Amino acid sequence: MSLFSSKFSKIVPFFIALFFAGILAFGQEHEQSVAVDSAAKSEAESFNASEVILHHVLDDHVWHFWDGHHGTLFLPVIVYSSERGLETFSSRNFYDEHHNVIVYNGYTLEHGHIYLNGSRVFDVSITKNVAMLFITAALLMVVFLAVARGYKKNAGKAPKGIQSFFEPIIVFIRDEIVKPNIGPHYEKYFPYLLTLFFFILFGNLLGLVPGSANLTGNIAVTLTLAVLTFILTNVSGNKAYWGHIFWTPGVPLPLRIIILPVELIGIFTKPISLTVRLFVAITAGHIVLLSLICLAFIFHSVVVGGVSSLIVLFINLIELLVAGIQAYVFTLFTSLYIGQATADHDHH
Amino acid sequence: MDLLIPGEGLIIWQLIVFVALVFLLSKLAWKPIINSLKEREESIQNALNTAERARAEMAQLKSDNEKLLKEAREERDKMLKEAREVANRMKDEAQTDAKKAADKILAEARAAINVEKEAAMRDVKAQVALFSLEVAEKLMKKNLSSDKEQKNLVEGYIKDLKLN
Repeated sequence: MSLFSSKFSKIVPFFIALFFAGILAFGQEHEQSVAVDSAAKSEAESFNASEVILHHVLDDHVWHFWDGHHGTLFLPVIVYSSERGLETFSSRNFYDEHHNVIVYNGYTLEHGHIYLNGSRVFDVSITKNVAMLFITAALLMVVFLAVARGYKKNAGKAPKGIQSFFEPIIVFIRDEIVKPNIGPHYEKYFPYLLTLFFFILFGNLLGLVPGSANLTGNIAVTLTLAVLTFILTNVSGNKAYWGHIFWTPGVPLPLRIIILPVELIGIFTKPISLTVRLFVAITAGHIVLLSLICLAFIFHSVVVGGVSSLIVLFINLIELLVAGIQAYVFTLFTSLYIGQATADHDHH
Repeated sequence: MDLLIPGEGLIIWQLIVFVALVFLLSKLAWKPIINSLKEREESIQNALNTAERARAEMAQLKSDNEKLLKEAREERDKMLKEAREVANRMKDEAQTDAKKAADKILAEARAAINVEKEAAMRDVKAQVALFSLEVAEKLMKKNLSSDKEQKNLVEGYIKDLKLN
């Protein structure tokens, strides 16, 4: 197990690292000395599964692929404070030769937060998840520009290659998710929903790649997506939608007063449910996978490792399914909310 | 960083990148894709509609052809029937005419034969009367030479008279 996993986790992230070395050259300075052996030994002795798992699930200022030389990608830190203004430097400065956290230029890094003189600074660093976000966005651009090119090249002909792979998905989103929920005026919202679907799908799938970051399982990401949906829904809300919330038709007067706060809360529970659902589904999947992998290290057993690898394989397949389902569900609910807000007539 | 508290940096980056992504993809990818899909669907729909119309036209033509064929067949049958009737009638008329002519000839022949026969009978009767007179004369001359024979003769006449 350990042989397989170390080999595997070395090869795959290596290519990812190569790919991004150029983009993120700013932070790409590597550990200078190798003092890993002793550190690894002490780590193995005091193996803390929950720490390892959380480390993999959470965001970070460095992108750690494997222990040792060239194993860590140091990402750029961008911070703003009223005292110092905007400052950028490599996160490598927070670590000494032995990969211990040190104070740099007055900034201290503690549990992923950066403090200056005891108060938190506004941190807009290119963290692991931000880098992952760039990767996801770049991949989306590359893939869908290629798909769009296919339509130009094969105009009036049958779809080909990558175009024919994504066409059924796009048509599915249009005919099964967007059209039935929003109605005939769906076209205005369709590009947003397509972007949403494929962003979540790609984020979920890339998150399953060993060594990558847990982008769509980060609550900041899901919250932002949910807030965008919330804004879009309420901005496009028509008279019937707002009328339904503030003065529910067809209900006796005293009940309307009771319903009003419920409806008002309902506006906000929608984005919250979107946020939490995606975050929980993806993060929980990652935690389950990592927990199963950690079993081998907790028991120091090859047999346990072998068995848990099989289960990990199985869970990974389920996670692939979940990746698609969560993208579908987020898009479906967004369509549903937009559809409710823009419905032509009241259903009650 | 925390699991449940969204980080401000990631929110800002996510917002910027995602909104940029929505705009860029809408303009560069979704618009051409959606338009091409719509165009293709429309052209397929048009092709299907045209095919359906052509099929309907074909069916119409076929039914028209069949109708024409049926009419032609009926016309032919009618004509044949009429022709047959005319032929039959002509045959019947000819037969009746021939029969009539034959009857007439027969009747005339019979009448002529009767006239001839009567004339012949008249001749025969005159001849027979003549011969009878001659025979009677000769018999008289020969047989009435004796009384007995005269008596027998008279008696014979009487007998004949009784019979008549």
